[in-house]
Amino acid sequence: MTDLLTRRQVIAGLSVLSLGALAGCDSSSKLNFKYGKDMSNEILGRTFRLRDVNGDQYNLSSFQGSMPMVFFGFTQCPAVCPTTLARAAQIKKLMGRDKDFLQVIFISLDPERDEPKMLDAYVKAFDPSFVALSGTLKETAATAKEFGVFYEKVPMGDSYTVSHSSTSFVFDSRGVLRLGLSHSLTAKECVEDLLTVMEVC
Amino acid sequence: MRSTLVNATSFKRGLAALALLGLSLPALAQTSVDDAWVRATVPGQPSTGAFMKLTASTDSKLVGVASNVAKDVQVHEMVMKGEVMHMGPVDAVALPAGKTVSLDPNGYHVMLMGLVKQVKEGEHVPLTLIVEDAQGKRENIEVNAPVKALTTSGESHDMHDHKHM
Repeated sequence: MTDLLTRRQVIAGLSVLSLGALAGCDSSSKLNFKYGKDMSNEILGRTFRLRDVNGDQYNLSSFQGSMPMVFFGFTQCPAVCPTTLARAAQIKKLMGRDKDFLQVIFISLDPERDEPKMLDAYVKAFDPSFVALSGTLKETAATAKEFGVFYEKVPMGDSYTVSHSSTSFVFDSRGVLRLGLSHSLTAKECVEDLLTVMEVC
Repeated sequence: MRSTLVNATSFKRGLAALALLGLSLPALAQTSVDDAWVRATVPGQPSTGAFMKLTASTDSKLVGVASNVAKDVQVHEMVMKGEVMHMGPVDAVALPAGKTVSLDPNGYHVMLMGLVKQVKEGEHVPLTLIVEDAQGKRENIEVNAPVKALTTSGESHDMHDHKHM
């Protein structure tokens, strides 16, 4: 009898454990996304260290406990950057009561012209909770490389523009990269996949 | 005065119909501008974009834009190659007869670079569009574009939206 109980307890314990593993926080598990790209097996963005408008340093673990969504751009970008930021603000609204779980992080690819105060005002115009980060040219290059983000200055008369990758990278609450969202997806499509990330961890 | 005098609207409609028939009317090219807007900026932001819909009555092209709010105004094209956004100036934007061409955040757009001051929501920005017809005749079109919130999302890019007057 005692023996049986113990066995039953062990089995119960095991199933709770396996449920826990299934329910996520298993960093190796692949995820099925409807629209975005599963990036669970890729390790990106683990070591960057950049600053906000106050000079405070941030790395990925600064955002632990939230679902960070990171993307890159510059304020003199008339097309993709404001559209992606507007989409991020819309995503947040659509997430309803889970909206505060999403942490949007915009990283400047043009630190020479994106003066931190202006960058911060620009990004926060879309949603006051958004975080704008930038670094030196060297730090920017290292961060982009770490994320596999392509960017390139394109000269234009006595000025220049920046061509760049437009993917948004989503991490789970433990800092495991999960999802890549293309620029072409709608806010609603993004939300469906973000909810999948939330179910996992 | 001739008795065949018609009002401006039906005259324009007639032009569009003639253009669709393929008749060339070099001296009477018309380009209409709809839904023009400029994206607002935050203080210190040196550039922004202007967007609109253009419909030319005869085959024409947009060859330039001028404005007193910026030191340099260029027409740019945004092209996605995979996930990478490329941008750069173009010499001209083709305006095929009767087709509405969108200058929107997903394609061609006007870049206002070196802004002389912050562009605020609710203001208006004067733009002069320079349109050249197939015969090389240039026409200036004055547009007073309202400034919309910085957070305005991109419009869909329906390039085949027939919208005649």
